[in-house]
Amino acid sequence: MAYFEVNKVFKHFGGLAALSGVSFGVEQGQIYGLIGPNGSGKTTMFNLINGYFPLTAGKILLEGREISGMKPFRICQLGIGRTFQVVKPLKRMTVLDNVIAAGFLRTESKIEARSLAEEIIEFCGLTRQKDKIAKSLPIASRKRLEITRALATKPKLLLLDETAAGLNPTELDEAVALIKKIRDSGVTIIIVEHIMKVIMTISDRILAINQGVVITEGTPKEVASNSHVIAAYLGEDYSA
Amino acid sequence: MKENAGPLIVLGILLLFPWVITDQYYQHLMILVLMWVAIGSGWNLIAGYTGQVSFGDAAFFGTGAYAAGLLAFKLGISAWWGLALGGLMAVVIAFPFGWICFRLRGAYFALATLALNEVMRHIATIWESLTGGMVGILLMQTFVSKIPYYYVALVIAVIAVVTVQLVMQSRWGYYFVSIREDQDTAESIGIDTHYYKMISLCLAAYLTGLAGSLYMNYMSFIDPHIVFSLHDISIMAILVGIVGGVGTVYGPAVGAFVMVTVSELFRTGGFGLVDSVTKAIPYPAVMLAAKYIKEAHVFTFGVLVILVILFLPNGIVGDWPKLRRGLLFWRRQKA
Repeated sequence: MAYFEVNKVFKHFGGLAALSGVSFGVEQGQIYGLIGPNGSGKTTMFNLINGYFPLTAGKILLEGREISGMKPFRICQLGIGRTFQVVKPLKRMTVLDNVIAAGFLRTESKIEARSLAEEIIEFCGLTRQKDKIAKSLPIASRKRLEITRALATKPKLLLLDETAAGLNPTELDEAVALIKKIRDSGVTIIIVEHIMKVIMTISDRILAINQGVVITEGTPKEVASNSHVIAAYLGEDYSA
Repeated sequence: MKENAGPLIVLGILLLFPWVITDQYYQHLMILVLMWVAIGSGWNLIAGYTGQVSFGDAAFFGTGAYAAGLLAFKLGISAWWGLALGGLMAVVIAFPFGWICFRLRGAYFALATLALNEVMRHIATIWESLTGGMVGILLMQTFVSKIPYYYVALVIAVIAVVTVQLVMQSRWGYYFVSIREDQDTAESIGIDTHYYKMISLCLAAYLTGLAGSLYMNYMSFIDPHIVFSLHDISIMAILVGIVGGVGTVYGPAVGAFVMVTVSELFRTGGFGLVDSVTKAIPYPAVMLAAKYIKEAHVFTFGVLVILVILFLPNGIVGDWPKLRRGLLFWRRQKA
């Protein structure tokens, strides 16, 4: 059994099937990529894992324990952190306070929460901005704050939702370096990303979905050469 | 220590106040101010810090007042014991309400609190066998002097401000503000938003109920329309919060002082100024104007709130640096 497992998950919004029978498994310490065209159900998958939406059918297991049906805060307590595609900073709090609020999950003491927050801010390279109000940050820093805040809850599994979208090339390289650094620190990562350069270079394995159905699963090389994936992204003409 | 110097000086002044100002009328006003500090602090905790705006603080205030009143009226136990009971009874009302209504977000929760306010008032009016209905409850005042009431009110106000201060420096405080800023984010960093909203609401209800039982003891008369009043209690609580500064520790204290002063200023016609003017210039037009000014206090509340929101959106305390700069600028212009 895999470290983290999604087992035949269905999600229907009324008559619309957003996900139909998606299954995959992630091993500990992997970076697992999730790709697919717009509207293919990637963010929905995250919202199901995180407990934001209830499942229509199926099971999600972390370390063999079923987490589907739990509330988001409970799932976070069990060790799954997430970032949001549309960033959701705690706007009128400073960067440091944002991270302290998350750090309180694992400790009652303010001193400990604060030192944990400062350590993780340093790790993520936000030290210079730590006293700024979150809503005043530029987008690259806001995305970084999403990651920092999620890390402060000391997750075993981190869900990154398009953390590289909208970044310039320099910022992109920094983001990739950060993600690798997080993996090296022992956190398993599932990442949704549109930028192929990013996802192909950092993922150990990739799952491609389209219209809520799995197209293929494999190493980046296998997925990139798969004709169904090319068809889904570029149209049938290119898939021969 | 330095940042606490200001409030400690104010506390010192407040401790000496009834010995310096012996006029019972001003002592009465200060008791009201201190009572409003407690109510405003409660409102600020749930609405200002946790972001769950309440339009129904009167429900908790009235419950506290009736708890103290009925204790004395039905069981013959001193209404002062009601100080202990009043806050708890308010929590007893707040708990099931919050449990059910915190499924609602934003404006919908605010509307539910408004409904709670109305429901409580109707219960107090209709359940005549318990509450005496519209007749209300009349008790004998314990003290002739205002001074004992003043010190009780001061203790309650200090408890309220210190509670808010301590809570907001702790983990709870961080969680409350996180919930206000973004509930989804709060959930995603492991905060049980429902649980912490309940804590915030119960603390707020406790402080408000405490103020309610003080009111019963001090005013010695309550009826459903006084203590469950939407505009005199619930709306006033919001005004105290907004004018003083939403989400600031000392905001409600400043707001309470300003609002009680302003409301009294209009109720009495500028502390009798309007009356002397009408006596000096006894023309019908002046008398008519005087009549309207005295009746315009609710209207003036409205204008005041609009001005505060336009120019000091964070309230007097929240926008204090801006306000001070404005005043200095004005003085420089004059010189």
